[in-house]
Amino acid sequence: MKVDEAVVNTVANLAKLKLEAGDIDTTIEQMSRILALMEQMQAVDTSGVEPLAHPLDAVQRLREDVVTESDQHEKYQAVAPETDSSLYLVPKVVE
Amino acid sequence: MTRQGWEVVIGLEIHTQLNTASKLFSGSSAQFGSAPNSQASLVDLGFPGVLPVVNIAVFRKAISFGLAIGATINRTSVFDRKNYFYPDLPKGYQITQLDQPIVVGGEVTVTLSDDSTKTIRVTRAHLEEDAGKSLHENYQGQSGIDLNRAGTPLIEIVSEPDMRSTDEAVAYARKIHQLVTFLDVSDGDMSQGSFRCDANVSVRPIGETELGTRTETKNINSFRFLERAIDFEIDRQIEVLENGGRVVQETRLYDPDRDETRTMRSKETSMDYRYFPEPDLLPVVLEQAFIDDIAVSLPELPEARKTRFVTDYQLPEADAQILTGSRALADYFEAVARISGDARLASNWIRVELLGRLNRDEIELTHSPVTAEQLGQLTARIQDGTISGKIAKDIFDALWLKRADDVDHYIEENGLRQMTDSSSIEPIVDQVINDNPAQVEQYRAGKTRVLGFLVGQVMKASGGKANPRQVNELFRSRLG
Repeated sequence: MKVDEAVVNTVANLAKLKLEAGDIDTTIEQMSRILALMEQMQAVDTSGVEPLAHPLDAVQRLREDVVTESDQHEKYQAVAPETDSSLYLVPKVVE
Repeated sequence: MTRQGWEVVIGLEIHTQLNTASKLFSGSSAQFGSAPNSQASLVDLGFPGVLPVVNIAVFRKAISFGLAIGATINRTSVFDRKNYFYPDLPKGYQITQLDQPIVVGGEVTVTLSDDSTKTIRVTRAHLEEDAGKSLHENYQGQSGIDLNRAGTPLIEIVSEPDMRSTDEAVAYARKIHQLVTFLDVSDGDMSQGSFRCDANVSVRPIGETELGTRTETKNINSFRFLERAIDFEIDRQIEVLENGGRVVQETRLYDPDRDETRTMRSKETSMDYRYFPEPDLLPVVLEQAFIDDIAVSLPELPEARKTRFVTDYQLPEADAQILTGSRALADYFEAVARISGDARLASNWIRVELLGRLNRDEIELTHSPVTAEQLGQLTARIQDGTISGKIAKDIFDALWLKRADDVDHYIEENGLRQMTDSSSIEPIVDQVINDNPAQVEQYRAGKTRVLGFLVGQVMKASGGKANPRQVNELFRSRLG
């Protein structure tokens, strides 16, 4: 896959990153190198190898269904930029 | 408009909230309706440095559902990240299951309005977390975010595109709703968003084997809206195609006020969620014994309960079918039947009076103003002759409007006991005979039908408290 300006802009948009014009060439170069490494890895024959979901060879521990948290919203909201009536306020988003 | 010549193809995705005490990945309460953000912990808020811890109950519930539809249960299942940005999703990703969901396959058989049956296949049911809620009113240029719902466990039940009509789609959604409520997997409360449907709809000319371009209508929260949204979408797509246009693959929203669907997000394919395995969670591996334990303790399923209602309570099959529509309704019926001691009377009152009014006022049974205890008490008093059926209806109205609470107390307070003492009815009967000489004459001349009129006069004069059978007998003996 060839990384060009359009690809970089799409990825930046999905990641909500703002790239300055001067960053684009560097990013193309860096992403191209990452993808080249991927291509190299893809050359390895993995037929018969089960897909790996997690690098640790362990299984998830589960917890019992018990409520352990109490209402701490005042503490948590102390670091929020803006709140009203216990709601977090954000710039209006309507789809 | 006509749909002649067109075949409709429908698949449904149903988001069912699991009725656990705590959330999927945190120990926050998952209760509905609490004060904003009072149930949002650091994990739910997506603070850096916190880790999700998986609730075992969500697996029990998802597996119950899977077993009930004859699905394969994946003993190893994996969580994945679905990345997108929205303020009610503070982490910037939703934890869901993509390649290895807990439930794969299975099917349900639905009964359609013409009494025929059809089997609909389920593709999969996977676990995922719900998002928070955005409130757009009241904040100028801003949205208020309540994260109490963030992290609430869901199973998303995905069907195959097996449905060929709106009727089939609604019957399927009702069947899934019935199952999840009977299994105690979900409270199924649609008004609170516990059961939300996304409808994938496409049309194609009859005989065509390729599927047409589909649209997805999201977040439909009642069976009636589901029916209307699908109908609207079918007609819209046929109209587009018949006018030589082409259906655009897109996400649409149903607007109940205007009874139409409209574009929410176009070019769906441009949404790129960049799924990858959730690095904060290991694969979940379950012992076969864990699954077997759930299998042996599955609650009584709707079909079995219906059969029991027919045998144990001698109810007609059609009535038993209605009463087992949801677990809440079946429980309600059994409570009323137990208290009243008359299952048929309980069934009649629930089907006619209670369900009629719930439908009329669009209230869910779980929010019924009349409790099973009250209706049980009311029907018990009809059964033992304390009150007449007519008075009972008045009391039911009072209960519905919350003007009455305790049935026995209300009967005493308002003097509503049926008159059974003939010495108090006799004077009324005599008065009616005196006041209506013409009708009395007709009756004596053989026109026995006027008896109904005379009895009616007594009922009216007694405020509905006389026993009609007793009044009949009194007239017969006096005029005979």
